[in-house]
Amino acid sequence: MRPRDPLLSAQGVSKSFGAIQALNGVSLDVRAGEVHALVGENGAGKSTLIRVMTGEEAPDSGTLHADGRPVPVLTPATAHGMGIRVVHQQPSLFPDLTVAENLALGVERTHPWQRIDRRARRSRARALLMRVGASIDPDRIVGSLTMPEQQLVEIARALGADARVLILDEPTASLTAPEVDALFDALRRLRRDGVGIVYISHRLGEVLAIADRVTILRDGRTVGTRSIDGLSVRDLVAMMVGELRPDHTRRERASGPVALEVRNLSCAAARIRDVSLTVSQGEVLGVAGLVGSGRTQLAETIFGITPADSGEIVVKGKSVDVRSPVEATRAGIAYVPEDRRRHGVIVDMAVTANATLASLELVSRLGLIGRTAEGDATARFIDALQIKAPSPLAPAAALSGGNQQKVAVARWLMTRPDILILDEPTQGVDVRSKGELHALIDKLAGDGLAVVLISSDIHEVLSISDRIAVMRNGAIAGVLQGAEASQHDVLAMALGTDRIPAEPS
Amino acid sequence: MSKALDFAQDAPLDAARGKPEFAIAVALALLMGVLASVSPAFFSPGNLRDLFVANLPVLIVAIGATFVILTGEIDISCGSMFAVCSVVAGQAAKASDSVGVAMVASVVVGAMLGAMNGMLVAYAGIPSIVVTLASMVALRDGLRWATGGTWVTDLPMSFQWLGMPAVAYPVVAAIVATAALGTGAWVLRDLSAGRAVYAVGSNRSAARLAGLRVDRVRLMVFVIAGLLTALAAVLNSVRFTQIPSNTGLGLEMKVIAAVVVGGAAITGGRGTLRGTALGVLLLGIVGPALTFVGFSPYWERALQGAIILTAVGAKAWKR
Repeated sequence: MRPRDPLLSAQGVSKSFGAIQALNGVSLDVRAGEVHALVGENGAGKSTLIRVMTGEEAPDSGTLHADGRPVPVLTPATAHGMGIRVVHQQPSLFPDLTVAENLALGVERTHPWQRIDRRARRSRARALLMRVGASIDPDRIVGSLTMPEQQLVEIARALGADARVLILDEPTASLTAPEVDALFDALRRLRRDGVGIVYISHRLGEVLAIADRVTILRDGRTVGTRSIDGLSVRDLVAMMVGELRPDHTRRERASGPVALEVRNLSCAAARIRDVSLTVSQGEVLGVAGLVGSGRTQLAETIFGITPADSGEIVVKGKSVDVRSPVEATRAGIAYVPEDRRRHGVIVDMAVTANATLASLELVSRLGLIGRTAEGDATARFIDALQIKAPSPLAPAAALSGGNQQKVAVARWLMTRPDILILDEPTQGVDVRSKGELHALIDKLAGDGLAVVLISSDIHEVLSISDRIAVMRNGAIAGVLQGAEASQHDVLAMALGTDRIPAEPS
Repeated sequence: MSKALDFAQDAPLDAARGKPEFAIAVALALLMGVLASVSPAFFSPGNLRDLFVANLPVLIVAIGATFVILTGEIDISCGSMFAVCSVVAGQAAKASDSVGVAMVASVVVGAMLGAMNGMLVAYAGIPSIVVTLASMVALRDGLRWATGGTWVTDLPMSFQWLGMPAVAYPVVAAIVATAALGTGAWVLRDLSAGRAVYAVGSNRSAARLAGLRVDRVRLMVFVIAGLLTALAAVLNSVRFTQIPSNTGLGLEMKVIAAVVVGGAAITGGRGTLRGTALGVLLLGIVGPALTFVGFSPYWERALQGAIILTAVGAKAWKR
């Protein structure tokens, strides 16, 4: 190894999933003793790149080098052996075990019948915690630690005895400012020890504070790798967004009277703070924001899953008290949740049964389901939404993701709502179905429905919303007019850098 | 994708083949075929009647257990509940000299015990295995304490065979069992309430978001289980002149085994009463069939175990 060779480098890596090109000739290299930030919008390809660099995904093309030598095949096991470690955003610790036990798992190489040497385990744990500068008693139960403490244990575990490349995915997402400082101290300590750190974050201010270099990804391509010196948040945002794509296909709609008004809504359990917004009949209100900014939580509060502590929900001029989904449905609000397999369609049940689940009283009399009524009602929506199913009686599991999503939408349209809230309706849906769903949203709004569209896809929000509410930390950061908003405006607002003037172009 | 295509087949036989009941029906037909050739005496009216009467409690309790299992819960207290309801029926019959009063008393107690289980599961949020384990032990030992272990004896004539001639009893019992099965199947297939049972068992979160009253559904299935357990207890008790206070021991295992063999998913959401009825039939027949074919009856439990393993194993293998 020559001293200037990077510890790990990826050159020209491409990877596609079906029709979606997740990575397109992306390059990233990590040197010893540097913090290398990786930034980009949701869906820019950061996670896929990380999975390629840790051997979880094989790239379609491109090369990986470790210490200047080519690595033809990287598996999770060889990556671990080479000292490449990841700390994922979701905690992966065992909450009921002690710190020492957590640190021993995956690090200790023991025979199943070997007696456990608790003393040695404890002192090893202490040594690992020392490396990240944490003074945590190894005998404490992990579940009783604070979030930042758990984070440090997580990093210590990833380090093990021999980590050389440490990849951190959004490590500060749940930390407060002083906690972030403590984390940065730990990272600086590791950098001094010669560990190469890849730091993924949406908090651009923190990136500027800790990173030595930064690589920007956009739409699966590398925009560039820059030294952090002299860079500003504005520069980063500009590189993340790039040129505005001319894909504003949104039609002008005449919106009617206000359908839903939310006044000063707060919910401590959902971490929603003082949210006020309105949606009119025939209008699509996009809700943008970073992952974790409280978009889904806001929808769940409006829909009564986590009822509001204070504030008011007004539907068509009448104040309604929504304490449960049943009451929300009765008030004319419909909510198609994200993650359709977990909260949306019931895959074991037939398409008809799924479609009528929220409005069984409409197709039944005295609790007796009318087969004909049910079949007719479903057939109408299969027609209107162009749902492709082998048969209306086929289980929802037999349908493609996009068609399952349409079944979920059908279920809620059947309740004849005034307001339809869609949460990530096109997540995990192929390009064609995505287009169909967009056209459907456009048509529903055209028919006078008030639509709230929650999406992580900024292009999607920009192209079909009349107005865009941007959320940050459980509150509304601002509302933009769809026709005038640019990707830059939305992202800047979501990141909290809205006071920085846009770059003159 | 091939799985998706399976569902698309509309030919009736293909559709039937995909259903778990199909395999049990085949196994049952095979067993019957062997019996018919080796020991035709098995099909004598007397033997069939005895078999039916002996398995009647399992069948009726299994209907309730199917509801519970379809919602993804479990009830292992039905054996103890069966004993309590039997003793209540007997005592009420002695006090009132009326089988009607005995029936009502038993059913009320059964429904209340079921409601207690259901409340703890649905509203206190305790896992059903824990709740019903507790009530299984508490009811069994509570009954032992209340009766001092003595049997209910000197049952009035009005209670015997439901106050009817003994020959009429199997007919009435068959009508009751068929009615219970038919009603249950109708509820599950044609009522919103039945739809809710499947939805809750398949995906509780989605069911709640769709506005179903998930907790009420979970409570009600336990009430139904209690009701049917009481019905089974009365129908069983009238066959004897006394009621042992330790009746119904191990009933819960027979019942759950029958439901599982009948193709219901123990995790909820999938299963039918037709499957449960076939499961009761298959597990109820193998034991006596062994003796008719000339094996020692000691093999009964082993064979039942093998059937359960095969049924569950086949399902796991298919996935």
